[in-house]
Amino acid sequence: MGLIERFFKEPRWGVHPDDHKRPAADAPLRVLPPPARVHLPLQQHVGGAARPVVLVGQKVLKGQLLAQSQGNISAPIHASVSGTVTAISEVTAPHPSGLGLAAITIESDFTDRWVDSDPVVDPFALAPEEIIRRTAAAGVVGLGGATFPAAVKFALGKRLAVRTLIVNGGECEPYLSSDDRIMRDFPEQVVDGARIIMHAIGASDALVGIEDNKPEAIAAMREAALACPEVRIRPVPARYPMGSDKQLIQTLTGKEVPADARAAEVGVLVHNVSTCAAVHRAIRLGQPLVERIVTINGAAVAAPGNVFAPLGTLVDELLACCGLTEAPARLILGGPMMGTPLLHGRVPLVKGASGILAFAAHEAAIPEAGPCIRCGSCTRACPMGLLPLEMAAHIRAGDLDGAVGYSLSDCISCGCCAYVCPSHIPLVQYFSHAKGELSARERARLRSDAGKRLAEARVVRLERDAREKAELAARRKAERAAAKARAEAALPQEETT
Amino acid sequence: MKPAPGDAPVAAPYAATPNSVRRVMSIVMGALAPATLFGFWLYGWPAVYLWMITIAAAALGEACCLRLMARDAGPVLLDGSAVLTGWLLAMSLPPWAPWWIGVFGGFFATVLGKQVFGGLGQNLFNPAMVGRVALLISFPVQMTAWVAPLPILAAGAPGPISGLLITLKGMQPAFDAVASASLLGFAKTEMSRGVDLAQSLLHAPLQAWYGSRPGSLGETATWLIVAGGTVMIFLGTITWHIPLSMLLGIAAPAALLHVVDPARYLDAGTHLLSGGAMLGAFFIATDYVTSPNTPRGQLVFGAGCGVLTYVIRTWAGYPEGVAFAVLLMNSMTPVIDRYIKPRIYGRNRQGSALELGK
Repeated sequence: MGLIERFFKEPRWGVHPDDHKRPAADAPLRVLPPPARVHLPLQQHVGGAARPVVLVGQKVLKGQLLAQSQGNISAPIHASVSGTVTAISEVTAPHPSGLGLAAITIESDFTDRWVDSDPVVDPFALAPEEIIRRTAAAGVVGLGGATFPAAVKFALGKRLAVRTLIVNGGECEPYLSSDDRIMRDFPEQVVDGARIIMHAIGASDALVGIEDNKPEAIAAMREAALACPEVRIRPVPARYPMGSDKQLIQTLTGKEVPADARAAEVGVLVHNVSTCAAVHRAIRLGQPLVERIVTINGAAVAAPGNVFAPLGTLVDELLACCGLTEAPARLILGGPMMGTPLLHGRVPLVKGASGILAFAAHEAAIPEAGPCIRCGSCTRACPMGLLPLEMAAHIRAGDLDGAVGYSLSDCISCGCCAYVCPSHIPLVQYFSHAKGELSARERARLRSDAGKRLAEARVVRLERDAREKAELAARRKAERAAAKARAEAALPQEETT
Repeated sequence: MKPAPGDAPVAAPYAATPNSVRRVMSIVMGALAPATLFGFWLYGWPAVYLWMITIAAAALGEACCLRLMARDAGPVLLDGSAVLTGWLLAMSLPPWAPWWIGVFGGFFATVLGKQVFGGLGQNLFNPAMVGRVALLISFPVQMTAWVAPLPILAAGAPGPISGLLITLKGMQPAFDAVASASLLGFAKTEMSRGVDLAQSLLHAPLQAWYGSRPGSLGETATWLIVAGGTVMIFLGTITWHIPLSMLLGIAAPAALLHVVDPARYLDAGTHLLSGGAMLGAFFIATDYVTSPNTPRGQLVFGAGCGVLTYVIRTWAGYPEGVAFAVLLMNSMTPVIDRYIKPRIYGRNRQGSALELGK
């Protein structure tokens, strides 16, 4: 892109960190040697945890249902290897707290035998509802990291009559290249998955947004989409956070999603390229989501690259597959901008994990925070148009309501502000702290409201009981008095006769 | 809330910009350097000494405050902000001013202009301009004693030793340096005597296009100041909003009134090239801490600085107005930031959500 063109076309928001995507992105996809054991957490998605339907000791085949979804927003979990269920217990969650998470452990029998599948030759002959049902049953969730159950989103898109499917091949996070790899190696799966999703939601066209730092992926996708004019490949400027839904929608369609609305309400639905490929496999091959491509990168990795691995594999085994040159100074699940720090490598690979980063000491060092010099870098970088420095100042002073007044709720935690801060202030940490505090406060308020309502209802009930008792007593007294009066009235009559 | 201590995980991002406060300050100093060197050449050794003394005083003032607060002064001084404050102040002083002007000004700038507010990032007013205005009000004679340029290698210019004596003991009669007024001061004085510009400008102090003229270091090297400022804009250290709006704020009323009555009002070009206009627009008003942090707010701020500069120069008692204008607009910064905010994605300027279907 020429200098002039760049100047006018580059978005005003965002940052441009060193992407560190190569050489990992260029290394051919590797397949992980089958792990001896996998641990599949019941909660790998947004929504309710899945409920186990297998017993300890039970033999399972690859792709067999282990736990079914519970509630409206949930996803089932399937076996990622064939073998024996050895435990349903807790493993370390892929979360900074390192707390436990219920998981099903399978001891592999190394035969890798698939459960009988139900492939579909022509998905476009199926009713959209059937595609949605099959996607839900395959446990497909948003693989870009959001892990929202895909089928729930399809249903929403269908209900709101979405016209345009946006396929997110942005992959703006530095270091990560799993989406790049899936577009280079399996572009026809991505395109076919996108067409199946279009059929499911009733969309008429699809825009595939790919950052222009992935020319090989753009070329591969263009070729795969030659036969289907309704799927258009649209290179977008490489600018973090281009892969964020709202920013990608705006770049590709010019539409802005109102603050209180969902993307579907402006007629678009965003799905990640890896999700499209997973939908293709779920529908065409009848295979549930049990494997994914994960980027193993970072200066502590000997041979960085992308690995195709069963879900539930321990991070340690993935790192061992690529080799480590030194003990990682920092382990991250996801990208460096929005990823989750891992306390250790005994954490299972989950559906939403697009990358595992093992940083060497020099990469992991974050300079010490200094005072805010109000330079406004954060304001210029914020893709949402917020004032991070003002929000942080209010949060620092304990004035959470002040931060809410600066629209803290619109913050997408992309990390641009903290990245670009010359004083290296951990701004996102402030915002996460405040969001957590506010949601705790909101829960406490709901609870106290509920308590108050119950107490008020009790007072009303007691009053009503007392009143009814009094009325009853009064009525009985009146009846007795009436009976007595009648009796007295009857007596003299008798006397007279 | 403080960032989580020790090994406790801190939220992402785990990548950081190579930029730092020290780098920002270094770029600003680098951009100032050519103009400063030109000033040194023009005014010789006394200017060099005054520059060093002012910077040392500013740094010492900062260090003393940090010591009083039982903080380690070393790393704070290394961020370069105190040095830059002293430097900018030195750029605005009469180059042959006595040493105690530099000491008083430097100390005043970092102690009362910055550290009493809580240090870097906390001050409401531009520290260098606080120092300059304190000096101007306290020592009006020394602060308006300009000399005509006497290049460092010219015959009759003070050498390193005699230059030091000038700084320490005051102006020596042995040198050819002619006490001279700056153009704005000259015009104001003549005007107050009833001589209009048509007459007075005929025998005004010599002005060379390249900046050889009586004035402060920052007043003489106008083109080098502009060049340094432009480099900072290209490096992204500052944005164009404040410099452009401030210069327009000076030039627009100047041009208008000059057309109305050329005998009473100086032309826009003279206004832009005189006094601290360029230094103010590129280096003083753009101070991050004391200026608004949204582009639109910066436009308002810059325009305010420019117009106030012109008003003070033209109708107030002082011939030069940049320092006062910047300080006045500094006090408006919190108000500007309160009312001028960027539009949030998905919301209108008032902050309510956009309506669907529009």
